[in-house]
Amino acid sequence: MPNNPPSILDRSADKAAALTPARMSRSIKGLSDRAVAWWFIAPTIILLLAINIFPLIWAVKLSFTNYRANRLNAEVKDVGLRNYERILTDPDIWQAMQATAHFVFWTILLQTLIGFALAYLIDRKFRGHAFWTTVILIPMMLSPAVVGNFWRFLYQPQIGLFNYIVTFFTGAEPSSFQMLGSVDLAPWAIVIVDTWMWTPYVMLICLAGLRSIPDYIYEAAEVDRASNWRRFWSITLPMALPFIMLAVLFRGIENFKMFDMVMLLTGGGPGSTTEVASITLKREAFEKWRTGYSSAFAIILFVAVFGLANIYVKALNRVKQR
Amino acid sequence: MRFQKTAILAIAASAASFSAQADELTLCWAAWDPANALVEMSKDFEAQSGIEMNFEFTPWPNFADRILNELNSGGKLCDLLIGDSQWLGGSAENQHYVKLNDFFDAEGISMDNFAGAAVEAYSTWPKGTPNYWALPAMGDANGWFYRKDWFSRPELQAEFKEKAGRDLAAPTTWDELIETSKFFNDREIDGNKVFGSAIFTERASEGITMGATSAMYPYGFKYENTPGKYDMDGAVNSPEAIAGLEAYKELYKCCQPPGYTDSYMGEGLDAFKSGQVAMAMNWFAFFPGLVKDENVGGDKIGFFVNPSQNVEGSTLGGQGISVVSYTDNMEGALDYIKWFAQPETQAKWWSLGGYAVHNDVLNDPSFKDSQPFAADFLVAMNQVKDFWQEPAYAQLLLAMQKRLHDYIVADQGTAEEALNLLIEDWTEVFEDEGVL
Repeated sequence: MPNNPPSILDRSADKAAALTPARMSRSIKGLSDRAVAWWFIAPTIILLLAINIFPLIWAVKLSFTNYRANRLNAEVKDVGLRNYERILTDPDIWQAMQATAHFVFWTILLQTLIGFALAYLIDRKFRGHAFWTTVILIPMMLSPAVVGNFWRFLYQPQIGLFNYIVTFFTGAEPSSFQMLGSVDLAPWAIVIVDTWMWTPYVMLICLAGLRSIPDYIYEAAEVDRASNWRRFWSITLPMALPFIMLAVLFRGIENFKMFDMVMLLTGGGPGSTTEVASITLKREAFEKWRTGYSSAFAIILFVAVFGLANIYVKALNRVKQR
Repeated sequence: MRFQKTAILAIAASAASFSAQADELTLCWAAWDPANALVEMSKDFEAQSGIEMNFEFTPWPNFADRILNELNSGGKLCDLLIGDSQWLGGSAENQHYVKLNDFFDAEGISMDNFAGAAVEAYSTWPKGTPNYWALPAMGDANGWFYRKDWFSRPELQAEFKEKAGRDLAAPTTWDELIETSKFFNDREIDGNKVFGSAIFTERASEGITMGATSAMYPYGFKYENTPGKYDMDGAVNSPEAIAGLEAYKELYKCCQPPGYTDSYMGEGLDAFKSGQVAMAMNWFAFFPGLVKDENVGGDKIGFFVNPSQNVEGSTLGGQGISVVSYTDNMEGALDYIKWFAQPETQAKWWSLGGYAVHNDVLNDPSFKDSQPFAADFLVAMNQVKDFWQEPAYAQLLLAMQKRLHDYIVADQGTAEEALNLLIEDWTEVFEDEGVL
């Protein structure tokens, strides 16, 4: 049997082994594969513990105190569940949660419907579809701060383009309605902007889902003389559903913690109409400096998002297994 | 040998850097017109002391957030700080500011040389006690300006006289202010539709509180029945306070330009400068810039002090200059305060557009005629009223912002309900603070 010549990989490994200092080589030799693996992932684990897990545990601890980060010399008292009790019985907090729920529900609904419809159209591969895909993707490439600022101008009742477009279609006076200053319209104003910005993202994920459906399934359906409608309901939608659900999950989590765009558009106003939970949290934590109280609020939000996301991921897995 | 050389060079470099640091001062303030005047004036200090001045100016909407974060974290960004009067309580209690009594005594700086109201507002904590944490730097109050050229048009004067039974002139009461605003609102002047008044409605920081209190103080709004007792029921929600808040809402509803639902200093100035409004409220600090404005300044603009109603009252603005306790250049910072307190520096401060409150400047016979708004400034500074200056002022302010914006802009509930809710919010804050 002829001897196989050593591969390039073996030669490199030998070379690396030869270059390893004797002392280090001795210590490595004593380690099991598992130990070496741990050494490799240790920096990541340490980083994760330091910047994610430790602050979370610390926030839980602070949530049971009256601690204020702006009064370092003040005595910190244990207040038990008082912070949690105050938050859960505070009508202003519930108003913020309602504003958040309205924003999350409508943005996800609209983005999913429009995003999927756009993906379905783009998937037809008409002439120039690559160009239109790029054009549609532009809003999501912008910074939320930039988007917030220029939509603020677009919504300006006297000079804003948005009001003039509405005027063109309805005949109403441009300055007769205020998108950002009206209690009735402001919640929809932020929904419109978020939908404009993030529908392309949902479209992109849905497009990936649609492109992943093998052509032979459609061909088989065609042989069976299935109608377009039937093909959509029996093939396209079920097979793209895991992708749609993934997009909904991502957008749901993102919009639950929405801050920058809403802050720039309305600052939570008029009154507290668009004060979503993250704005309330920021005000409590970094303007009122109620660190203990805001930690408790953050924990409640974390548990809510984590719990809902877990239930949702389980549903997603079930859909994928079908 | 090479190591030794490197070490020597490193030590020399750090010594040089320390020396450079010791010869520099950073002054933090808001980014607005008077800050530019201060930069100009501070060149004299640089020439006299050899200390290089750096400036850190933050736009108003972010000023409190940025600087209070800096102070709370013990940051060394600012050696000197011109901070809002409401910050005094917290900054004194948390030892962010250096107490200046001993320094004033040693240098012969007397607070009697400054306007009493300004000293109490910008320097003392606890209020009314001779514990000084700042030198009054910039006197300010909320005032008004109007289109004098429109007010002087004969046809408008005649029409107004017929309608109101008095001359068309700068309002002296809130009733007159609302009436005059309504007169101009929705009127076409020089081919443009104009509105009555631009007022503060900003939600996020302090805007709507500073605006609405300009109506509430003259009607008789008070924070407590007995000063220092935190007994707010009957004061905060008194019939006078309710009437004042209702008057502000009436002015907002009738005469604010469309879209001005979250407007503060910048937006108000824009509305006036673009010829949209007949009158606008804003801080006196902006008035020198308005006089110089090519389109609406000069003879076209007039000024008036915040109108009275049942009593006189103006919302206090302005700031004192403090030494930040975390500075590495304490000596230089105190030298700057000493220089700033000198009468000649104060006179120059006023001449450049800063609002000096040194008695030598204010009592100068030529002061009233030195600027078209100087006489109004004197009146305003004698009737100023300030917001709570408690360490928990931010919580108190944010609560008022919310309740007022809910009532005035979002149209929720009545004025009485808004003020009752405000008392509940403030009571909770004071209970947490342990003063109730």
